[in-house]
Amino acid sequence: MAAADTEKKRVLEMVQAAGADEGCVTFVLHEEDHTLGNSLRYMVMKNPDVEFCGYSITHPSESKINFRIQTRGGLPATETLRKGLNDLTDASKHVLHTFEAQVKEFKLKQEEAME
Amino acid sequence: MMAAPMRNVDEIRDRVILGEFGVRNVHSTDFPGNYPGYDDTWDLRKFKKNFRLNIAHMDENTLEFDMVGIDAAIANAFRRILLAEVPTMAIEKVFIYNNTSIIQDEILAHRLGLVPIKADPRLFEYRNAGDEEGTEIDTIQLQLKIKCTRNTRAAKDSSDPKELYLNHMVYSKDITWVPIGNQADVFGDSKIGPVHDDILLAQLRPGQELDIVMHCVKGIGKDHAKFSPVATASYRLLPEITLLQTVEGEKAERLKRCFSAGVIEVENINGEQVAKVVNSRLDTCSREVLRHDDLKNLVKIGRVRDHFIFSVESTGILPPEVLVSEAINVLIAKCQKFLTELESSEME
Repeated sequence: MAAADTEKKRVLEMVQAAGADEGCVTFVLHEEDHTLGNSLRYMVMKNPDVEFCGYSITHPSESKINFRIQTRGGLPATETLRKGLNDLTDASKHVLHTFEAQVKEFKLKQEEAME
Repeated sequence: MMAAPMRNVDEIRDRVILGEFGVRNVHSTDFPGNYPGYDDTWDLRKFKKNFRLNIAHMDENTLEFDMVGIDAAIANAFRRILLAEVPTMAIEKVFIYNNTSIIQDEILAHRLGLVPIKADPRLFEYRNAGDEEGTEIDTIQLQLKIKCTRNTRAAKDSSDPKELYLNHMVYSKDITWVPIGNQADVFGDSKIGPVHDDILLAQLRPGQELDIVMHCVKGIGKDHAKFSPVATASYRLLPEITLLQTVEGEKAERLKRCFSAGVIEVENINGEQVAKVVNSRLDTCSREVLRHDDLKNLVKIGRVRDHFIFSVESTGILPPEVLVSEAINVLIAKCQKFLTELESSEME
């Protein structure tokens, strides 16, 4: 088990060009694809502080994506990524609650119709 | 019946237009800075106000619902997760002690893998890499032990295999559950085993037999399609058909026939036969109308960009409404994983 611990699986990496400020960062999201890539890109692009956001799948046989963010006014890219992840969580939670409420209501109506 | 035309900008933002030679306004463009006078900044309150979800149909294995007021990027994430990232239990290891049938070991093993196994994956853990044994928390053991014999009571002149042989058809119902550890107590009532009893696995002739032990493990569709919890999970955008002018007489009848049944009806108004859009949801968007030169400019066909009609069909392991909830939870978990990773990397 010790060997597995030292070689801890990387989940998130940050890549920056030499001399670039912290507003221009490529995040490497391991074990992710279009599922998170595209939905997160949408959320990050909804942020007016973001000048550019895009992602690419490096190679079909590699399970990671390069997720690029460039911000306006030198705002740290990590902040916009965090906001994107939080916004996506909030939206998903609202969808989940609405869905579960509607399912409950539908089942109740179905039971009433049976009686 | 003529609907008020949309503002041009709103049409570009909110509709996908099906034109004669292609589809227009395909991409989402509602980002800050794209349109003067529109505030496209993400706003949770605004999202909650606009978001609607309505269940159209639900039974044991299928679910159809409308999700309105969300972007394709997120709706597509839910769909992709349903197909590839909601876990189920499936046969992963097949130990063949004896197989004298005509079907080869590897083909039989593959067939067994695809049989949906009724067991709640939420009550199991993923098996650790390299673990060949498995324990009660991550493995379900199944057995298939069957031998074909001659039916001594068959009529002498019979040529029907059904009469002549016993056990010559091996079905999924012949698979039995062998509880490990405390599983008999924990899952005793839930009857672990194949979802369907009537899946034909192999055919035997007298003297041939199968003696197989199987291990089911938890997995996701990304790894192998046998773990996918859905038969299908898809969405389509709500079609919207707008008549730009009044269409009467023979043209009205022809217009009606250009669309799926129930989309357009012809009404008698003051002695004139007038076409009216009744239910554009039913349309398949065939664009047949655009082949009629005298009709194509009288109608606009489009789809509502943020109105998704989801259809989810479960394999029977979990009810479809549970699968959708699980899928949304998977997306939330992904976000949380990277949020905690961001926190910990900043601590260093």
